[in-house]
Amino acid sequence: MTVKDLAKDEFFYGHKACAGCGGSLAVRNALKVIGKNAFAVLPAGCMSAVGFNFPQLCFANNAIISTFAGTASMLTGIEAGLRAKGITDFTAVGFAGDGGTADIGIQALSGAIDRGDNILYICYDNEAYMNTGIQKSGLTPFGAKTTTTLAGKNIHGNIRPKKNMFEIAAAHNIAYAATATIGYMEDFLTKVKKASGLKGTKYIHVIAPCPTGWGISVSDTVEIAREIVDCGLWYLAEYENGEFILNHNPKQFTDVAEYLKKQGRFRHLNNDDVDLIIRSRDEKWDKIRNNWKFGKD
Amino acid sequence: MKPYLREKENFGFDDIPENTSFEAGYLVSVNSGWRSIRPVVNVEKCVGCSQCYLYCPDGVISIENKKAVIDYDFCKGCGICHKICKLNAIEMEVER
Repeated sequence: MTVKDLAKDEFFYGHKACAGCGGSLAVRNALKVIGKNAFAVLPAGCMSAVGFNFPQLCFANNAIISTFAGTASMLTGIEAGLRAKGITDFTAVGFAGDGGTADIGIQALSGAIDRGDNILYICYDNEAYMNTGIQKSGLTPFGAKTTTTLAGKNIHGNIRPKKNMFEIAAAHNIAYAATATIGYMEDFLTKVKKASGLKGTKYIHVIAPCPTGWGISVSDTVEIAREIVDCGLWYLAEYENGEFILNHNPKQFTDVAEYLKKQGRFRHLNNDDVDLIIRSRDEKWDKIRNNWKFGKD
Repeated sequence: MKPYLREKENFGFDDIPENTSFEAGYLVSVNSGWRSIRPVVNVEKCVGCSQCYLYCPDGVISIENKKAVIDYDFCKGCGICHKICKLNAIEMEVER
């Protein structure tokens, strides 16, 4: 799916997100793909904070704020309610951040996948609780400095690796799961389009950089979202019919150190830390290349 | 179709809905005051490739007659469009 196939309508407009916000770009373009029949659920988090400032209401389609833990369960309810009313032409879509997906909302999401509810769940991953002032979440990568994982002399930021949320969703034997980044927008749009046409539970995990939390310039959001894939710290993949499919297999990775040094949250890392990150990346890619199928690039 | 700016800005107590539902796409304030720099399209260089439109987080760029047009009411001046443009058709100028 390319920009030519995209509807001209805007469904997320006039919102109060920071300049250069990656999450708002993901929400905006996903809603443009799904169209006016989207019923959006947004848990407490950046996108509900910037989208619903009464009377400034920035969603043009039906949208509701859920509890932090209840994105997926509210989607279940909306889907069942609309079905009971005889409405068939709709997409129940949730937009939760990384904390709302991998930490606080994981049991509701797990339950929804288990029931096989016909919903689309999109996790925009900015790798920390950005809305409340950059606290570590389960999806914060190793070495990142947040206000709860400080960088000092002995401990260099977050000591734990990023939770593998894509494979956790896939391990439920979900109908469709995918990873994406806002840096490669056509790939993300294609996956949203594909997911909204499928029956069953769909999960899309999209990397959406946050200039404030990552310590980058507001104009670098898209560039850094491309670089995370180019340097191999993120991958574009799908899970369907019980199989993992790699969409993009880089022939050569770009420099990880360069990617890390661009961001304020990684600036304290020394060479040993960078080597550790490169080693874990190579281990991950060995597993991917040995076990996953290759899709067309 | 997109949310648009309404004239009514001041909400009294009676205007506040009793339940938590209200009209969708109801805008009362602009974001133009957030900017310190503004993007300006060079119409001679712009070919309407739509990349700036695709990557604008605020959706303020539209393509009209194969040229990018910016809604300055809601542009926050982040500069993503300036960086994404391969033809350097968008320049950032200091806001006066």
